[in-house]
Formats: sequence, structure tokens, C-alpha cells
Amino acid sequence: MNPPSQNSAGQGPGKWWRKARRRLRAAREIYEGIFFAPYRDQIYREYRDRRDLFLMMSFADLTGVPNPVSFYTLELYPELIEQFHQWHLRLGLEHAPEGGFRCC
Amino acid sequence: MSSIALLVVGLSAFATGYLFYSKFIAERIYRLDPDFRTPAHEFEDGVDFMPTNRHILFGHHFTSVAGAAPIVGPAIAVIWGWLPAFVWVVFGTIFAGAVHDFAVLWVSTRHKAQSIGTLADEIVGGRARVLFLLIIFFLLLLVNAVFAVVIANLFMANPGAVVPVWGSLVVAVIVGFLIYRTKAGILWPSVGALAVLYLMIWMGQYVPFEFPDLFGFAPTQAQLAAGDAQAAAAAAATDGVRAGWVITLFVYGFFASVLPVWVLLQPRDYVNSHQLFVALGIIFLGILITNPEVIAPAINHDLPADAPNWFPLLFVTIACGAISGFHGLVASGTSSKQIDKETDARYVGYGGALGEGIVAVTAILATTAGFAVFVGLDGWHAHYGTWASATAGATTAFVQGVGILAQGVGIPQQVAVIFAAVVLISFAATTMDTGVRLQRYIITELGVQYRVKFAQNRWIATFIAVACCAALALGIDRGAGGMRLWALFGTTNQLTAGLSLLIVTLFLLRLRRPIWVTMVPMIFILFMTTWAMVENLMRYWTDSEPLLIAVGAAIFVLEIWLIFEAVLAFRRAMEERNQTAAKQAA
Repeated sequence: MNPPSQNSAGQGPGKWWRKARRRLRAAREIYEGIFFAPYRDQIYREYRDRRDLFLMMSFADLTGVPNPVSFYTLELYPELIEQFHQWHLRLGLEHAPEGGFRCC
Repeated sequence: MSSIALLVVGLSAFATGYLFYSKFIAERIYRLDPDFRTPAHEFEDGVDFMPTNRHILFGHHFTSVAGAAPIVGPAIAVIWGWLPAFVWVVFGTIFAGAVHDFAVLWVSTRHKAQSIGTLADEIVGGRARVLFLLIIFFLLLLVNAVFAVVIANLFMANPGAVVPVWGSLVVAVIVGFLIYRTKAGILWPSVGALAVLYLMIWMGQYVPFEFPDLFGFAPTQAQLAAGDAQAAAAAAATDGVRAGWVITLFVYGFFASVLPVWVLLQPRDYVNSHQLFVALGIIFLGILITNPEVIAPAINHDLPADAPNWFPLLFVTIACGAISGFHGLVASGTSSKQIDKETDARYVGYGGALGEGIVAVTAILATTAGFAVFVGLDGWHAHYGTWASATAGATTAFVQGVGILAQGVGIPQQVAVIFAAVVLISFAATTMDTGVRLQRYIITELGVQYRVKFAQNRWIATFIAVACCAALALGIDRGAGGMRLWALFGTTNQLTAGLSLLIVTLFLLRLRRPIWVTMVPMIFILFMTTWAMVENLMRYWTDSEPLLIAVGAAIFVLEIWLIFEAVLAFRRAMEERNQTAAKQAA
């Protein structure tokens, strides 16, 4: 049996309510979009720069700079493998630097 | 004249322009294709290129282009009477400004969302790119300098706005933190931010802040000649206070422009967007409820002796609000990378410019109806009694005018005046933040190109940017004449628009489409700005203002260069066209 707010043809207050909620959601998406759209690229770039710096610090020994905490940062490797690949591409290295990692 | 009538005429004209003229351009000239694969789809990367809902894009585009400039320009230009300003805003927006924004968005979309600089290189030629960079350099220099003076004048005239404006920075940082760090969503932090901001605006009347005179300038010869010794000392002290504000603002601009955008600029821009809509709502409601008479003259026959002719100075005094090259930078910089369908360009580009035209119309009404009713016709003539007082006091006229209109809505006038000042200052400050940031990018880019190491450092590049702008702002009569830069800012803005219109016209020529829609506005603004620049330069020469002469002469050279490029490019394009026609005939 249909709930009281909705008849068998899908008409009535139930449909009206769903439509209103859909419109409200769309309006909210537009409202939020106006916050993000203008700065999406700049924020992503800043995020990427910071992430690159973090990866550089984590895997400094791969670029020939001694890293005193590489024993610990190696533990991050499974978490960072996807970012690691993008990172070495951005560094201009087509393949992962020598160091025993299986990246590409 | 009733202000409701004037508002209705303006809005009806804009609606007619959108419904008929933009439709005609979209269908007959640009021939927008809903199936064209836009760069947002072709190069989608979720960062720069991303198909975006057209309402979101409109909101982003409109709030990026609407700021303090469409308010300040018309508020100065009403010195010639409301009619010339109103006619130029309405017709300029419909037939030039909105066409320009729409055109740039479309051409950029058709060229892999390239920016104006790259398009200039590709469509006009290599020299045009250098020209573009130089125009942009001067545009940013003037924007930052003139807006620092605008804000300093507003702070001095409205001490109650100081606490809410600086407090809003803290609010913006908290909003950014809540949205990004705690994932609190956007709605409630924004609502909370506005509530706190309005509370601070209300509190502002009880905690006015007046900047102390830190410099203790001696009166200048001109100040001594203008009045008694006491008045001259007071004028010199005012210069000291203004200089203090200008330097404070550039110190703020220095740090604001090197901070990550999400910390301050983004949330601040967003809070400002709400402010813009609230301010427009209050002005509209105020006009509808109080319907003040537009008592300022339609054409001012009692012009002060030092005021320049409205023809052609009107067309550079009102740049944003009628036609603005800055919009082209936004349209080709970010909007074209996010446009979902080519047909959306009409709504986003043409519609966004009409929105700015509406802001300009409200500025005209606030100054010629709201403010004029408040001070009376004689008071209005006294306020606009000299060209210098009209330019320096334009923002005061707007702020007081909004105060009167807001009173009609039930907001106490004193609070409403602070509210209007806060809105105007926030817009100008956000433009300054962005301006200093862009100026820094240009200096860094030049450093890379010419291998100047220190210029590539972000801190040094920002310092150079800030120091140049501050020197310009304070270089004309210790900042008292800073608003004289407004005409130069308008001219540079129009030049940017002229270059963009040249690009679009050449592209239309290549496509063998009618070119008059963009060519007529291009010729019009190039003609008006050249004439205005000649008049300005003669004036600066008479007034012996070396800094204004130097900047003005540089801009004039760019103007002549642009005309030269336009003539050459047209000749080339026509020759190509004739050759193709001859080949086809053979």
C-alpha cells in the first residue's frame, strides 16, 4: 500500500515534496559550486605543490639526498604509490627513480 | 524623474538587449552550436577544464567581474548629469560591453580556451602579445594604486567601517578553515559569517577608528595658497592620514597576495558575493519603497570650471559598468575552460555583463536620487562643486545614497552607511588582493624571460609590485590627487577591451561572418579613448604633473600601437580574404 502522501499514479503531495527537495538540492549544489568553481584550479595546484614537497621529503634518498627517516617513510609507500607515480612524472622522470620500488 | 521609472527603463532595456540582440548575435553572427565539443569536455581534467553547470558559471563569472569599479565610475560621471551616464551605461552595456564579454568567451571556447594573450599572438601576431602584456601591466598598476586611494578615502570618511572591514578578514579566515578543515559544508559557515559581519557593521557606529597622522607633512604651496594657515595644516594632516592608510593597505596587500588562496581570498570573495546580492536587494527594495526623485540635473549646466568635457571623458570615466577589458581576462582565463555547452556563452557572458550594468545603474540612482535627496540640490551641486571633489567624493555620495535608500527598508541610516562603505571597501580590497597577486606573476614571468634571478623570488616580486603601486598612489600630491588616476585606469581598461574586440573581429573576418557587431564598438572605444587621452595629457601638462604625464604618455603610446596593429591586421586579413576569393573564382 502506498504511503498516505502518495497516490498510485505518483501524484499528490508526495511527488510535490520530492520535486521541491530535488530543486532545493540543485539550488544548494549551485550555491556550493559558486564557492569552489572560481578557485578550483589554484587550490588544486597549491595542494599538489604541498603534496610534491611531502613526497620529496619522504623519498629524498631516491633523488640522491640522504633521508635520515627513510625507514619510517617507506611505510607510507603503499599509501602513496598512486601519487608517487604522478609525482615522478611531474619531476620529468618517465620511469620511477632507481631504488627498488616497483612503480613502472 | 522618478527613480522607479529610471530603474524600470534600465532593466527593460537590458532585458530587451538580452532577449533580442544577444539572441541575434548568438544565432546569426557567432552561430553557437549546442553540439560543439567545448574545451571543458575535450580536455577535462577535473582541475582547469571541467564542464560546469551554467548557473554556477554565471555566478562565478558575475561575481568575478562585478566589484567596486562599476560603482565608482558612474558615481563620478554623474557630475555631467544623470542622463549621459545612464545612456552610456545602458547602451554601452547592451551594444559594447556585453557583446565584448560574450564574444571573448565564445572565441576562447573555439580556441581550446586560450587566454587573450595567447589569442592575440595567434590571431593578430607576435607583437600583439607583447602589447597585451604591457597593457595588463599598466592596468594592474593603476587598479592597485587607484583602489588603495579609494579605500583610504572611504576609511577616512567612514571611521565606523574600519572595525567591520578588518574584522571581516578574521571571519573569512574562519570560514575557509571551517569549510576545508572541518568539512562543515558551505551554507552554515556562510550564514554565520554574514550574521557576524552584520553584527560588526552595527557595532561599527560605536567603535569608530581614525588613523593617526604618522607623517606630520608640512603644508604644500598649493594648500597654503588655497586657504588660511589652519586650513592648510588640516589639509596636510589629512594627507598624512591618507598616506598612512595607503601604506597599511599595501602592507596588507603584500601578505594577502602571498597567502594560499583558500586561506583568505576564496572565502573573502565568497562572503563578498553574498554582500553584493544583499546590497543590490536593499537598493532595489529601497527604491521601490521610497521611490526618491532623481533631483540631480539630467544634464548639468552648472559644471565646475575645472571639470573636463563629458565628451569624450565620460567614456573613460565609466569603463566597468559599460565596457571593460578586465572581463575578457576572466572570460578567457577561467570561464571558457568550464563552459559546458557553447550555447551557455550567451547566458554567462552577455548575462554577466548585464548584471554589472545593473550595478552601475544602481550607483547612478544612489548618487542622483538617494544622495541628492539627502543633501538637497544645492548640497549636491556643492558636493560635485569641483572635479577634484567629485572624483574624491564619489564614493561618499554612493555610500550616503545607499544609506538613504536602506533607511526606506527600515535599516537605521547610520548602520546602512557603514554597510555600504563596507561593501564598497570589501570589493575594492578583493580587487587589490587579486591585482597585486597578478602583478607578482607578471614580474616573476618577466624575471624568468629576462633571467633576472631576484625578480623570480615571490617575496621580492611581490615587494616590487607593491612598491610600484604605492609610489604611484602617493606620487600625485601625496595621495590627494590619487583619484586623477581613475581616467587612466578607465583608458587602460578600454584598451584591453579594444584589443579583445580586435581579436574577435579578425576571427569573424576569417569565418566570413558580419563583423560590424564587434568592429563598431572597437572603433568607438578606440576613438573615444584616444581623444580622451589627448585631452588628459594636455591637462596634465598644464598642471605640471610629471608622474601623470609619464604614465599617461606610456598609455598613449600603447594606444597608438594598438591602432597601428589593428590597421595592419585588417589589411592582412582583407588581402588573405581577397586572395582566397580569387583562387576560388579561378
